[in-house]
Amino acid sequence: MKRFLIPLALFLGLAVFLAVGLTRDPRELPSPLIGRAAPAFQLPRLATDAPADASRFGPADMRGKVWLLNVWASWCVSCRQEHPVLLDIARRGDVPLIGLDYKDTDPDARAWLAEHGNPYLLSAVDADGRVGIDYGVYGVPETYLIDKAGTIRFKQIGPLTPEVLEGKILPLVKELRK
Amino acid sequence: MRRWLAVLMAAVAMLAMPAVQAREAAPLADDQAVEDRLVGIAEDLRCLVCQNESLAGSRAALAEDLRREIREQIRAGKTDREIVDYLVGRYGDFVRYKPPLKPTTWLLWLGPFVLLAVGLATLVVQLKRRNVPPPAPLSDDERSRAVALMGGER
Repeated sequence: MKRFLIPLALFLGLAVFLAVGLTRDPRELPSPLIGRAAPAFQLPRLATDAPADASRFGPADMRGKVWLLNVWASWCVSCRQEHPVLLDIARRGDVPLIGLDYKDTDPDARAWLAEHGNPYLLSAVDADGRVGIDYGVYGVPETYLIDKAGTIRFKQIGPLTPEVLEGKILPLVKELRK
Repeated sequence: MRRWLAVLMAAVAMLAMPAVQAREAAPLADDQAVEDRLVGIAEDLRCLVCQNESLAGSRAALAEDLRREIREQIRAGKTDREIVDYLVGRYGDFVRYKPPLKPTTWLLWLGPFVLLAVGLATLVVQLKRRNVPPPAPLSDDERSRAVALMGGER
């Protein structure tokens, strides 16, 4: 009888391992940037209302504030999925939301915002994706929570969900604002 | 005559085709030394978008951007080590097909050897346990039966 218990236990152990493995998303990688300073950049702003908005944006402009950097693009399908969450953040004024328009063209980006609504205070234009590489972007949309000192505290890969917002981001924002 | 001409034209067209493709690829491969190093580095790196492809072989847009980045860093005189560190700093150890040996990867590197050791130990224990005493010698009755079964030899 004992002879059969050992293989059974081994099998059950393996089954548990594999079952846990199935529930994990292999696309979600731990970012080495958590706890490090948000990479600096200077990018042109996407002109939305004013046709010739020549000013530039960099993370240094947000020093002293807790803010979200959301990487988006007009060609990104999952961005449509998270867009209502972003609009909610903007409507409630939870936390300042800055967009990074990743590998996009300005007319497309403008049309997309006009169609779906613009939740961003402003969007920086990363036309060739270099800033994206600095931030380790590999799957748009991605969202970074950056604290007052300019340190990345949290990264969401893939669409923001109300659960992630309520459960992780907003509590963290509250704590970081103290 | 006309048929020969058609065959000749087809042959010329076929010969010309690779030349056209080669010309299209020229901007990427204008410096063979850089390309060789690029492939050497990128083969050991994972494309983040299609995770089972190397950075050298992937056609994903991000892989192309990263190859461009690596190419520029090679031209800027960076060492292979510096370039890999640059990517690991942004995308984590996951980008490497050969992750470094450190506490979080001990299980990954040593796990197979642990399993092998456990298997060998189990095998040795099992084989030792199987050491049953040799069977008792045959009685005279059994011996004569065996001889009869073997056709009376010996």
